[in-house]
Amino acid sequence: MTHAAVAAPGARFKKLLRDKDDPSSPRLSPLWTFVAWLATLAFFAPVAWMVLTSFHKEADAATNPPTPFAPLTFDQYKLLFSRDITPFLLNSAMASVISTLLVLVLAVPTAYALSIKPVEKWTDVMFFFLSTKFLPAIAALLPVYLIVKDVGMLDNVWTLIVLYTAMNLPIAVWMMRSFLAEVPKEILEAAEVDGANLFTVLWRVVAPIAMPGLAATSLICFIFSWNEFMFAVNLTATQASTAPVFLVGFITNEGLFLARLCAAATLVSLPVLIAGFAAQDKLVRGLSLGAVK
Amino acid sequence: MTTLTAPPKTAPPPAGHRSPSGVSKWRRRIPLLPALIFTIVVTQLPFVATLVISTFQWNILRPGDRHFTGLSNYAFVFTDERLRAAVLNTVVLTASVVLISVLLGLGLAMLLDRRFIGRGLARTLLIAPFLVMPVAASLLWKHAIYNPDYGLLNGTLNAVYRLFGASNGPTVDWISSYPMPAVVVSLVWQWTPFMMLILLAGLQSQPGDVLEAARMDGAGAMATFRYITLPHLRQYLELGILLGTIYVVQTFDAVYTITQGGPGSQTTNLPYEIYLTMFRKYEYGQAAAAGVVVVLGSIVIATFALRTIASLFREEVSR
Repeated sequence: MTHAAVAAPGARFKKLLRDKDDPSSPRLSPLWTFVAWLATLAFFAPVAWMVLTSFHKEADAATNPPTPFAPLTFDQYKLLFSRDITPFLLNSAMASVISTLLVLVLAVPTAYALSIKPVEKWTDVMFFFLSTKFLPAIAALLPVYLIVKDVGMLDNVWTLIVLYTAMNLPIAVWMMRSFLAEVPKEILEAAEVDGANLFTVLWRVVAPIAMPGLAATSLICFIFSWNEFMFAVNLTATQASTAPVFLVGFITNEGLFLARLCAAATLVSLPVLIAGFAAQDKLVRGLSLGAVK
Repeated sequence: MTTLTAPPKTAPPPAGHRSPSGVSKWRRRIPLLPALIFTIVVTQLPFVATLVISTFQWNILRPGDRHFTGLSNYAFVFTDERLRAAVLNTVVLTASVVLISVLLGLGLAMLLDRRFIGRGLARTLLIAPFLVMPVAASLLWKHAIYNPDYGLLNGTLNAVYRLFGASNGPTVDWISSYPMPAVVVSLVWQWTPFMMLILLAGLQSQPGDVLEAARMDGAGAMATFRYITLPHLRQYLELGILLGTIYVVQTFDAVYTITQGGPGSQTTNLPYEIYLTMFRKYEYGQAAAAGVVVVLGSIVIATFALRTIASLFREEVSR
């Protein structure tokens, strides 16, 4: 009863508290706390090992038994940059950032037309977008490859940009719609009655509510583009290859340098790790296309 | 959250209030068009092309010999042993990865739903596997963990054996001895955090007063879980399973890097087999036909997925 009384206005705030340390949420017993931490460390161990090895010398990396306390060095990272990982990172950055921007440019008006002033049969449109996401990319690879080859766009970052935009657009439309749907209709109507024009309504009412959603959407699109491998490895050669292609190529070309591999793996994962850690709460909603709050 | 406090549905606005004339209807659709046209061009046209190519005998190693062949590529797809093995591998791989990561994710989500020391940090560390670039993760597992000579797995076994006085631990070549489990484990590691995040969101959306009431009524932890939490989580479980399936079915990175489909074709899944047909055997017609079959298979999965998402979605729309 007491809960219900305060739930309505403070629900958001209460949820935040629950994430942190709501005293009413039950505590884990010491035994289970131990289990939870054990599981956490087991899952984190490969990441920790990757980062640790990346700061080791090659001779200390490939040992049996492992030598976690070997001296640390930045050598592997220096070597990576002197061996030209930079163009690959730039290609990745260009493909991810531009495709994310394009996705936003296309998705925001669409989401607006599907939520704030919904067109007829808007749910059908939503499900059309989503259905494209369920088609396996591998089945599109061949025709895409042939078309791209015909128009001379193989090994071109813009090819990846177009494909990544198409790949992420459905997710972005769904996410943005779920965020825009939270704009209270009453406020919009009130603003219209007061004679505010479309631009003012968008800027003053919609934008502040939709901004966090826009950030979350960008994050998800960025992650998927940054990590994409199949199109990148099959449609690029020397000029336009992205970071994941660098990783794979670098193994086959140079034999195995474990410490340097770990450094490269850490380096290319870093942008997504940082962004993901920073926006953990938004991640859930994005990954579930806005279906889970 | 859905029904108790919902206000009665307001009556629809009187007819003529909005009078959607032809012009204004189109004006409303304009913001929609760029994205719609772009999506149709970039995603639907390739599938039409795939359909067309799938009816051709087309191997680029025999350039003069491209001709219409009807459905013979499909006959090949359905009778080829490699492809049948690839279908089976895809099912095994997808089912085991999704089921194991849902169960582990559920366990972790239950733990992280409670308060304990360092919960925030534990959650942050737990989602890391999902954020590591998939190709980087695959290479990490292949070289730094599974490697028979100096991988972390054998290295740790070795260290433990020495601790107990043995001179050497076993040297297991994990990838050749257990190829499918090796791929599954690396993918479970990547996907468990995803399941955990979705299920944790589900757990935290449980109304606290219901749980409290259950406790007051003397329900044990098991009973509470069985009769209250699990039904509440059902939609989240379905969503996790279906989204997971959609993504894991398409697994390419892990197979490409960890096993290259081998040994033999023991870990070749459909995407990788299609890739081989296309870029190793250069059988474009066969690859296209296999692609069409995969699309048909995905449509079956997607129909269930869309239904689940639609039910979540309807709840929201009706709110």
